[in-house]
Amino acid sequence: MNWIGMSARELAQQLKTRFGDLISEPAEFRGEITVRLSDPACIAEICRFAKKDLGFDCLVDLSSLDHYGSDPRWTVVYHLYGYGHHCYLRIKTDVGEEESELPTVTTVWRAADWHEREVYDMMGIRFRGHPDLRRILMWEGYPYFPLRKDFPLAGKPSTVPEVAFTNAAPMDGGPFVTLAGGRDSTAREPRVRGPESDKK
Amino acid sequence: MARAAEAAEELPDLHGEKMVLNMGPSHPATHGVLRLVLELDGEVITKATPDIGYLHRGDEKIAENMTYNQFIPYTDRLDYLAPLANNVAYALAVEKLLGIAPALPPRCQYIRVICCELARLSSHLLGLGSFAMDVGALTVFLLTFTEREKIYDLIEALTGARFTTTYTRIGGLARDLPPGWAAQCRQFLQEVVVNIDETEKLLTRNRIFVDRTRDIGVISREAAIDYGLSGPNLRGSGVEFDLRKAHPYLVYDQLDFDLAAGSAGDCYDRYLVRIEEMRQSVRLLRQCLDKIPGGADNPSQEPINVADGKIVLPAKEKVLTSMEELIHQFILVTEGCNAPPGEVYFSAENPKGELGFYIHSKGGGVPHRLKIRAPSFVNLSILPHLLPGHLVSDTVAIFGSLDFVMGECDR
Repeated sequence: MNWIGMSARELAQQLKTRFGDLISEPAEFRGEITVRLSDPACIAEICRFAKKDLGFDCLVDLSSLDHYGSDPRWTVVYHLYGYGHHCYLRIKTDVGEEESELPTVTTVWRAADWHEREVYDMMGIRFRGHPDLRRILMWEGYPYFPLRKDFPLAGKPSTVPEVAFTNAAPMDGGPFVTLAGGRDSTAREPRVRGPESDKK
Repeated sequence: MARAAEAAEELPDLHGEKMVLNMGPSHPATHGVLRLVLELDGEVITKATPDIGYLHRGDEKIAENMTYNQFIPYTDRLDYLAPLANNVAYALAVEKLLGIAPALPPRCQYIRVICCELARLSSHLLGLGSFAMDVGALTVFLLTFTEREKIYDLIEALTGARFTTTYTRIGGLARDLPPGWAAQCRQFLQEVVVNIDETEKLLTRNRIFVDRTRDIGVISREAAIDYGLSGPNLRGSGVEFDLRKAHPYLVYDQLDFDLAAGSAGDCYDRYLVRIEEMRQSVRLLRQCLDKIPGGADNPSQEPINVADGKIVLPAKEKVLTSMEELIHQFILVTEGCNAPPGEVYFSAENPKGELGFYIHSKGGGVPHRLKIRAPSFVNLSILPHLLPGHLVSDTVAIFGSLDFVMGECDR
């Protein structure tokens, strides 16, 4: 195997050498290497190469970020790990809101199955080619995507007949969180926080 | 009720030979609220569809609205059978983001290792106890729970609560070891070894137990890695990997312990791995109690918190008399510690597997996104692959051997 004894940075560099401009320069923060992928449609090919040729045989985590108010709105984050070389790698890719879709990596690691279902359930990002893309934590027919920034913490009322219903939780006007960095103490005062107040 | 009927009608083979059985969320053997829709051909399972989410509380959404310290009680409730381990893993993740992990005082690190290993003992005792009880060996359950009571007494003396401990803080711990705690812990360690031996005598060479678990729920090495299993489930399938050895955190690199790994990947191997992990935990605890800086009662007042007023709450006497400490206290309580923008992923070897926290921060005291990589969520994803071909009665043995907890799975 050509990855024996390599560090995470060297493996990321190999990924960049193979895919060129699609992959950004590896960035390091707190000892972790992150690369960005510019075209989310290639994610399955990148992951297949990472698994077969770079020895990343395990998908540790697949999560999503919501940058409400900026475009592209979503970032999908893949955490890879290899039991042979004990290195972590983070691959991030941005997806626009109009599209909200990217290829699945279940063909590379079967662990991606449930992770992608959860990302779909919570954020609403679809995965092309997923064998069974349906909600996993919330019930079938639940109309919203709860982890989006424009979904309030208290929840919204919804009804799926014969299955379940939700009401907004009593927050007494909250959530009250003091946001750091306000101009003065009035700006920093805990007020009702929502996605609009987060945009600075 | 209606949902179960729906599932039955949707499956095309209803009028053939297959039967749909709903192992509902309220079931004594499903280790929490797990719903399993089984398609059966007689006694043999042909298809299994887990239905999770009954304990989904929106922890990740809540984390986006709280400071880092305020979220610690929520981590107790993830794997609620080993709350101290979750507290430690979360605190370490945030400290990695802040960049203060190397500055943690050694006494704090030793106490955190003690917490993790006590949590591991507690979780495995319960896991094996309920595994044995589900398979039929009812005495083992009561034996292991006797020892768990002693662990709960220790934890109550240490943190104030038996169950929802909230013991760690960002940058240290809530309080130091109480006087006499180490002696009580040593006494407990002597008793728990006797108890583990008794449990082994009852189960390891028990014909009925072996017949119910040998060659049941076999997970191959490749499947274990491909599905992302971790912890004793991964080691039971022959992958000799432990985060405490591969990526040592806290003071695990200064402590002596062995890895327990199986070979066959069946339920029996996972049981053996957990028994051996318990013995190694006892070994680790003894070493920690011997080596802890400052000794058991800390007469030399070794610190247990990072000495940074911007991260750890200052002493109350200073807060009430000095301006700088007052400001630190105010900012820490209202806004939280100021984390740099960036992202980290930190995972710890929890009793259930690899508990990871992915924190994406845009600066400030509140994370932009906190993703909890729950080992039970990933471990459960193998069920649709694992269960078909087994008998209905094997599901119980497989659940017990996978040892998942729904609080963590659903978050």
